[in-house]
Amino acid sequence: MASTTVETPQSRPSRFGDRAFRGLTTAAAGTILAALAGVAIFLTVEGIPAFTAPSSEIPGGNGILAYVWPLVYGTLLAATLALLIATPLSIGVALFISHYAPRRLATPLGYLIDLLAAIPSVVYGLWGITFLAPRLVPVYSWLENHLGFLPFFAGPTSPTGRTILTVGVVLAVMILPIITALCREIFLQAPRLHEEAALALGATRWEMIRMAVFPYARSGMVSAAMLGLGRALGETMAVVLVLSASGVVTPNLISSINPSTIAANIALQFPEASGTLVNVLIASGLVLFLITFVVNFAARAIVSRRKDFSGAN
Amino acid sequence: MTTPLRTRPTQSPAADGPSGTPLSSARLPRFFSLAFGVGIALAAGLAHLAVGISWTPLVLLGWLLFLVSLVAISRIVEGRRRSVDRLTATLITGAFLLALLPLVTLLWTVVSNGAPVLSPTFFTSSMRNVLGPGGGIYHAAVGTLLVTGMAAVMSVPVGLLTAIYLVEYGNGSIARVVTFLVDVMTGIPSIVAGLFAYALFVLFSGAGVRMGFGGSVALSLLMVPLVVRSSEEMIKLVPNELREAAYALGVPKWRTIVKVVLPTALAGIVTGVTIAIARVIGETAPLLIICGTTDSSNFDLFNGRMATLPVFIYNSYKTPTFPPEFSINRAWGAALVLTLIIMALNVVARLVSHFFSPKSKA
Repeated sequence: MASTTVETPQSRPSRFGDRAFRGLTTAAAGTILAALAGVAIFLTVEGIPAFTAPSSEIPGGNGILAYVWPLVYGTLLAATLALLIATPLSIGVALFISHYAPRRLATPLGYLIDLLAAIPSVVYGLWGITFLAPRLVPVYSWLENHLGFLPFFAGPTSPTGRTILTVGVVLAVMILPIITALCREIFLQAPRLHEEAALALGATRWEMIRMAVFPYARSGMVSAAMLGLGRALGETMAVVLVLSASGVVTPNLISSINPSTIAANIALQFPEASGTLVNVLIASGLVLFLITFVVNFAARAIVSRRKDFSGAN
Repeated sequence: MTTPLRTRPTQSPAADGPSGTPLSSARLPRFFSLAFGVGIALAAGLAHLAVGISWTPLVLLGWLLFLVSLVAISRIVEGRRRSVDRLTATLITGAFLLALLPLVTLLWTVVSNGAPVLSPTFFTSSMRNVLGPGGGIYHAAVGTLLVTGMAAVMSVPVGLLTAIYLVEYGNGSIARVVTFLVDVMTGIPSIVAGLFAYALFVLFSGAGVRMGFGGSVALSLLMVPLVVRSSEEMIKLVPNELREAAYALGVPKWRTIVKVVLPTALAGIVTGVTIAIARVIGETAPLLIICGTTDSSNFDLFNGRMATLPVFIYNSYKTPTFPPEFSINRAWGAALVLTLIIMALNVVARLVSHFFSPKSKA
């Protein structure tokens, strides 16, 4: 790795152009910090009235916490489902591109998966509601008939297929390219000599991956999954279009009565909202911001801690 | 490297190890998995034609049959370790094919639903006074270009200068904090960016504010971290020798950056910016919050509601006018146009980096 810091020429350290340019770039960096702080401050300022307002003014009449809690539950449920589906699949896809596909095909195949990340979420929503949801209904009725004793599949099956599980599948497709791209990068960085040593000792390709690639990539895989989780938590339009939500808390994944998510609820209510409801929605947005901030913060912390130890090559 | 091996290894394939275990074992032919899979797929196709079993259970059953019998055959012929290897290779290839399924069906759905809608009037008329057939996306397309263009105008300078700061100037704890927060910022949910823009402009314009410029602010909040990350990577790739040569000639640091570093990294920076634009041009949620929607053409970024393509798609589908099929068709048409714009931006980005990047020394 070539070092990128360059010694500043020492001869005339206080040239006007240099000082001005340095100030300009520093100001730009400061703008970014200010913007991030601004997000937190403005959301708090506009959200506070929701906490101080009498609980009768909050929709539902039981105060802000009772209003936000089912939404938090729905958000976490949908994102968890998406993560459970997407993580194994993404690791498989990333391994295919990094270690299984013919070398010449690997880059174009990677572009193909990256295309999934380019498609806008509202188009995913249209696809989910018209293509995916009707095709999942038979699967759901099979689940209800054969696994109905589990609370998740208690049913009755939604006739439209617009359930929280369908949302989980759509979100999984949307976060798959993110997790795949990060995992692929880490798999490709796995020390080549370790891999060749494993193969030379007679390991099969899978044993080589298990012994040389996975131990090196473990923390990277965890943080990739967490970044995918952060994306799934904040996804809005696909959820709004696909989910038929009624804001309840239920473990049932396949019925037509589903919990809503914070982001979807804001998108549905905000265009027509006025008065205290605007503050309530902004407060729920603040909760979403905090949740995703914590998830992303943790993921990035894992990545940057790993940087210090990756002396393997 | 160590001294090269002088003695040729013994070539007899049947040589046994010290304990009498064979060093080589029976293997299945090289393309056995592929041939076996094609065979099962052909059999499934025949079963579909002859007996008329529907596709979904057939594909599932065929896949299970393929996995189980392949592993069983491999286990008998090649032993446990090779069969596990074959199982995982098949599962991993299967994961890749499964991941392509949504991409293919999604593109097919959008094209087959959207293509019949496209016509010259679809691009040249707005939705003003349109009920039922006719109407188009002119107002929304121009709105998208204005909002996204303004977002790019704001975020490219800030993002690029921050990247320059991080690579060329920052080397302390501030730079580390900025890098970290930029990374965290990439994870801000788009709807939160929309709420931020609303909460910001409500202070100036009062409750219920809707304006196109607010959408630009929200989009640049999402775009800046993308620009910073990609530009930073590209500026880091510029060889230090170029900077040192410029310093040796007595060129001030800022002129070195402007005249040497940036031109060298230009292709990569343009690619990164294009991909960032493609990423935010399809954002719906923040524009739904702060830009709102309208049926008329409003090209004033600072005054009133402004239609954009993603919000147009959402509203046409979610709240169609009567009779609904015309609105829904227009939603598909707009979805096709938006997808094509994004694909085109991605292709342009790849072409720029392919043709204009400085060739590496190899």
